[in-house]
Amino acid sequence: MTTVQWLPLAVISASLVPGLMNFFLGEERHGTRVALNIAAAVLKLTLVVVMLAGVSSGEIYEVRVRLLPTADLVLHADALSLLFVTLSASLWLLTTLYAVAYLDGSSHRSRFFGFFSLCVSATAGIALAGNLLTLLLFYEALTLATYPLVVHRGTQEALAAGRLYLAYTLSGGMVLLIAVAWLRSLVGPLDFVPGGLLREHYVDATKLVVIFALLVIGFGVKAALVPLHGWLPRAMVAPAPVSALLHAVAVVKAGVFGIVRVVYDVYGIDLAQSLGVLGPLAVFASVTIVWGSVRALQQDELKKRLAFSTVSQVAYIALGTAVLGPIATIGGLVHLVHQGLMKITLFFCAGNLAETLGIHHVSEMRGVGRRMPLTMTAFTVAAFGMIGIPPIAGFISKWYLGLGAVSVGAHWVLGVLMISTVLNAAYFLPTVYAAWFQEPEDPWPRESVSTRTIETRWMLLLPPLVTGAAALAAGLLAGGSLSPLAWAQFIVAQEYRP
Amino acid sequence: MPLGIDDALPFAVVLPAVAAVAAVVMPHWGRAVGLVGGLMTAAAVVVIAFGNRVGGPIRYALGGWPAPLGIELAADGLAVVMLALVATVMLTAGVYALRYFDHDGGAEPALFWPLALLLWTGLNALALSADAFNVYVTLEVVSLAGVGLCALGGRGEAIVAALRYLLAGMLASLLYLLGVALLYVEHGTLDIATLAQVAVTGAAGFVAVPCILAGLALKAALFPLHFWLPAAHANANAPVSALLSALVVKAALYLVLRWWLAGLGMGLGPILVQLLGALGAAAVLWGSVQALVAARLKLSVAYSTVAQMGYLFLLFPLAANPTTASTAWAGIVYLVVAHGLAKAALFLASGSVLRAHGHDRLGELAGLLPRSPITKFAIGLSGVSLIGLPFSGGFVGKWLLLNAAIVSGQWWWVALIFAGSLLAAAYVFRIVALLFAQSESPIDVAPQHSPMLMELPALGLALAAVGLGFAYPALESTLALPDMLGDHAR
Repeated sequence: MTTVQWLPLAVISASLVPGLMNFFLGEERHGTRVALNIAAAVLKLTLVVVMLAGVSSGEIYEVRVRLLPTADLVLHADALSLLFVTLSASLWLLTTLYAVAYLDGSSHRSRFFGFFSLCVSATAGIALAGNLLTLLLFYEALTLATYPLVVHRGTQEALAAGRLYLAYTLSGGMVLLIAVAWLRSLVGPLDFVPGGLLREHYVDATKLVVIFALLVIGFGVKAALVPLHGWLPRAMVAPAPVSALLHAVAVVKAGVFGIVRVVYDVYGIDLAQSLGVLGPLAVFASVTIVWGSVRALQQDELKKRLAFSTVSQVAYIALGTAVLGPIATIGGLVHLVHQGLMKITLFFCAGNLAETLGIHHVSEMRGVGRRMPLTMTAFTVAAFGMIGIPPIAGFISKWYLGLGAVSVGAHWVLGVLMISTVLNAAYFLPTVYAAWFQEPEDPWPRESVSTRTIETRWMLLLPPLVTGAAALAAGLLAGGSLSPLAWAQFIVAQEYRP
Repeated sequence: MPLGIDDALPFAVVLPAVAAVAAVVMPHWGRAVGLVGGLMTAAAVVVIAFGNRVGGPIRYALGGWPAPLGIELAADGLAVVMLALVATVMLTAGVYALRYFDHDGGAEPALFWPLALLLWTGLNALALSADAFNVYVTLEVVSLAGVGLCALGGRGEAIVAALRYLLAGMLASLLYLLGVALLYVEHGTLDIATLAQVAVTGAAGFVAVPCILAGLALKAALFPLHFWLPAAHANANAPVSALLSALVVKAALYLVLRWWLAGLGMGLGPILVQLLGALGAAAVLWGSVQALVAARLKLSVAYSTVAQMGYLFLLFPLAANPTTASTAWAGIVYLVVAHGLAKAALFLASGSVLRAHGHDRLGELAGLLPRSPITKFAIGLSGVSLIGLPFSGGFVGKWLLLNAAIVSGQWWWVALIFAGSLLAAAYVFRIVALLFAQSESPIDVAPQHSPMLMELPALGLALAAVGLGFAYPALESTLALPDMLGDHAR
């Protein structure tokens, strides 16, 4: 089997090059910009699908460039990479479509789409990173590419949120840098190996535990693990497509993806277990799950509620990683995709409510189901999925997490899942109930789209309908061979191979 | 006699000197002389770099008399790096100056080209000299040209700053000369390589070595001897600020590196080595905090130089351990170049902002800061390299230092790099945030567009600083730590 070098580079370039081109497009070249970005997203998705087919048939995609002394820049596509890069490439296409409509008529669009594409390029780099250093480089690049999106509106509030975002993420990045440099000084190159690269080395256990903690803190900042999550709710000041990107596609996912890589491909499950670091990680994740849900319950602002919900839901992935055994791992990994689909749907819908009717708070949502039935249908599907109601995707994740925990005797995880489910229901169900079953009392805060043929512009409506349907399909067809679940099982089969 | 590659060495010194004289004699042709002389000098540097890459260090004995009798020029890897940095920054700042000074319909001050070329002469001679006294002479040339440039077209503040700069420079030169003279009396040689070996062993070394180090530290603006730098660099004209911050302070540091390379570092002892590192650390922290609170853009950028120069003194503690010496060395040289490029870019871009707005008070720039994406990218990308984020030359340098600190078990320097990076991020993003801030002022004070010839040089340097992040494999042989006995002057 030959090694294909060009494809990983092409996947990154497919968004990087158009991203840079955006900056040189005049602000008024609207049509060109839309065509450029959508074409790039389609191209990238096509390349990813080609790679997906290749990886599932055993093709090897790897490119290696020397960058630093005894440290290469390595892009390597394995099954786990593909899980993440497929998710981000698909959602990028829909988010681009959505952003075109959402930002219609606003200023600085060239800049916005430029950094938007750079963000997705960095995410692809994270997904395809073949060693820890490469992952770190793209992880930092992602921070730089997202900052301009967080402060896009340029208000005092946005700039303050941007400062907070940088304070958290750059500190996390430095912790990560130190951990990576330290680990490299102990064991040399840090290429990912299924089953753990450290399996081959003998290193002092105390040092490994400290490095593990540093790595988890570094990645935990972007993954918004409590207490490192402070930046996420504040970053909600960014436009809706950015929130969708931060929460479902790029930033928090990058953090949790890093944790998954560290546990499986750097330390390996056996070593991580014998070091006793997985227990604390599971506790860390569980606290985050519960705390995020409690805080979500207290928010009236819809986007803030969704933000805290993200804090909670992303920690499921970390929990699945930390609980031993293949079944829980499947639950965690598949939630990477499932949470992405459901959360992006919710953010698209929240954006539609804000953009069409000026609704920003949960208390203003009474009766909105009648005004915007399609949007609220998508919202309802995604919210039910988050709660874990079958047959939506979120149920599959929770089922595997619970089953996996029980199979290794970690019964307390069931308690965490139960509390979280009750809290999820408590903060989502009243919203859904109000939207469908209560009468609107006042006129909508700011109704801006007057067309009566459909409830809002089609480019705003289509993305949440597609992602909502996908969330439903991922649950209904979970047993099928093309489902995220099947792919997660494929990954786990490799990680747990003796 | 056909010209060999080694003949390029005197040309790299003589060409800018001749051009400087020509520019004095023909003031109306200053620009043409400056550009032609600059390009020819750069060509000589390219030849030297090529020769060094193919055949290793190059030597040239002036008049055919080898050292110790005659004056010898030599170009090893470090010298080539310095020559290349000087040529790059000189040429780009020169192009920038073409439009910077004619902003108000005027022209460059008559002395700009002669002084800039004289500075170039001094820097190249410094890079190629191996003799402690010649080096003193070149250091004086560099200082005087620097002070002259600093005072050019200046109003009150710039003149006062230039005078203070002059006095600090003279004091530093005296200290250095005193140290060298003491060593000469005792050891009877001026060859740096020889002196560095014996300096700390002799009786005079007890006074001489501190004098030399203090003189160079004052010129390199090492905390707490940095007091002259911020005002001088901030008040000069932008192309001059770029030259001063990217090159002139590096000249003193280059000499520090030379003495260290020749073996001085080995004899200093663990306490002095850590003390020099501690002063560097104080510079990083103090300079960064001052950059963070500075009210003006160029002042903030100038304080950033104080901070970044501090990192370079980490060479002493980090390279004191033989296992990490080569890593630390490569990291320091990388930071010298990355900072030179990024800082020059930032000063040039700041100059564009200043020209477009008529002021550089950070509090009043929100949202107005340059309209053109080119200058914005120049500011952003050079900032990325200054912080040391990937992908950039600054990152490579910082990665190497971090590795040296970890491998040698000196965790306190890891903590410093951590704190220094975050502080750098704070002062860089304080400026970058202005690029994204909404305008608070009415539209009619919108800034003027800057000419392309001012914007592109800044972007070019910033891109070079970022591109340096990918250049390590290509530069590896050049950055290799030479034989500790210093074949530079053999």
